[in-house]
Amino acid sequence: MGSSINAWSDWMTGFNPMGIPLGLIILAAIPLVFIAVYALTYGVYGERKISAFMQDRLGPMEVGYWGILQTLADILKLIQKEDVVPTSADKFLFVIGPGILFVGSFLAFAVLPFSPAFIGANLNVGLFYAIGIVSIEVVGILAAGWGSNNKWSLYGAVRSVAQIVSYEIPAAIALLCGAMMAGTLDMQKITMLQSGDFGFAHFYLFQSPIAWLPFLIYFIASLAEVNRAPFDIPEAESELVAGYFTEYSGMKFAVIFLAEYGSMFMVSAIISIVFLGGWNSPLPNIGGLALNTWTSGPSWGAFWIIMKGFFFIFVQMWLRWTLPRLRVDQLMYLCWKVLTPFAFVSFVLTAIWVIYVP
Amino acid sequence: MSNQAYTIIFYLFAAITVFSAAFVVFSRNVIYSAFSLLFTFFGAAAIYVFLSADFIAVTQVVVYVGGILVLLLFGVMFTNSIMQTDLKTDVLNMVPGTILLVATLTGILYTFYSTHSWMPSTKQLQGSIVERIGFETMSGFVLPFEMASIVLLVALLGAAFLARFEKQGNKEQ
Repeated sequence: MGSSINAWSDWMTGFNPMGIPLGLIILAAIPLVFIAVYALTYGVYGERKISAFMQDRLGPMEVGYWGILQTLADILKLIQKEDVVPTSADKFLFVIGPGILFVGSFLAFAVLPFSPAFIGANLNVGLFYAIGIVSIEVVGILAAGWGSNNKWSLYGAVRSVAQIVSYEIPAAIALLCGAMMAGTLDMQKITMLQSGDFGFAHFYLFQSPIAWLPFLIYFIASLAEVNRAPFDIPEAESELVAGYFTEYSGMKFAVIFLAEYGSMFMVSAIISIVFLGGWNSPLPNIGGLALNTWTSGPSWGAFWIIMKGFFFIFVQMWLRWTLPRLRVDQLMYLCWKVLTPFAFVSFVLTAIWVIYVP
Repeated sequence: MSNQAYTIIFYLFAAITVFSAAFVVFSRNVIYSAFSLLFTFFGAAAIYVFLSADFIAVTQVVVYVGGILVLLLFGVMFTNSIMQTDLKTDVLNMVPGTILLVATLTGILYTFYSTHSWMPSTKQLQGSIVERIGFETMSGFVLPFEMASIVLLVALLGAAFLARFEKQGNKEQ
């Protein structure tokens, strides 16, 4: 296990004792464990604490020191709960909905380079795959919303799908700007092209004067794609009870939330890979003080990409407790009349920059 | 992975594709048919991956699952009394159907057996497929590409025009 590119995942692919491809199974299980651990700690507990501090409250304080075991207690409660399926619900779709939803958000983790030495599948269409696979989630949401046989659920599902499908367009065009600057769709190559001695100065966000525009567009569109505030109209508590997961309880509810936290990290990781160098260290080498060299390597890479992802998740939570919810028509206005034209503008400007300037 | 594992996975995906496609046709519930299409499209994408056409596979997922399937589900869900309508999935027109089936099958099998074998290209594919697709689209196939985009643009304009027209119709609201 050296530090060369994809060394860890290549080693694991080759690891099949007694003819069983155990390595491949472990390879697929790593992101799953990561999602579960992060959703449990940072996702649920962190979000409750952050929202509490933003509103000048304390948040969960009872279970464990500073309420640190609160999420574990919640999980125990969710596991014990009865598995309720409403009588009038479409049993099959109701049960399969959260599953499809989670698979959709989990599939994208296959192409996220977690470190220079680790990536699930080093596809040469990685970025395209990551954008496209979100559509599985859409089907899961529709299955959940329709299967619940509840007007609120169906409305939530329809809103959510309309939102995801429309915001895919500015998001994809914004990511295309990053792909154009890299000249490849391979996630690992996009990240490698942004490494260098000057740390953050090599990141695409700072490499071109226009890159902030697609960065911002993708960030806004990604908020809408994962149904986070200010675009959380699919689950608008004051209008729709809870949107497409109104009827869900127990472990199915937990799976829906796991999928939501999974896709939150997924979009945060994608924005950090395309615009902020993925697993590259942001610290520059200053003369003899070789901060960049010291903080690079497979383990440091994993640290950096997870920290960058967590930073964007923090911004998402911050926005959630700061901004009011948009109306449906405002949402569509923002997507089609603001983000999409600006995405095209940034696309053309980036193309000109890539062809003529450097 | 060994060749055997590949074969097993291939047949798994082939079975998923065929069985879900059969379910689409034979199900009496439109919603189930539509959701079953998801697995059909997925199986087809997986078979593209087996043919080393990963770009086509991802495009298949983006276009068919993200676009067409969602459109279909929307259409089905917004249709009134969709659950009350019982679809006819009986076997009708037995004799013409059988003749058509046998004729098509014979044609396909004849072509399959009369053509000697697979015709592998002599040129070995070098490097990334995506780059090749990009270069080919922008050089050799630029005319069909542009024509397709004009067709899509016209369709978009038409859709926008139709939607607007209806809005102006009930101005008094």
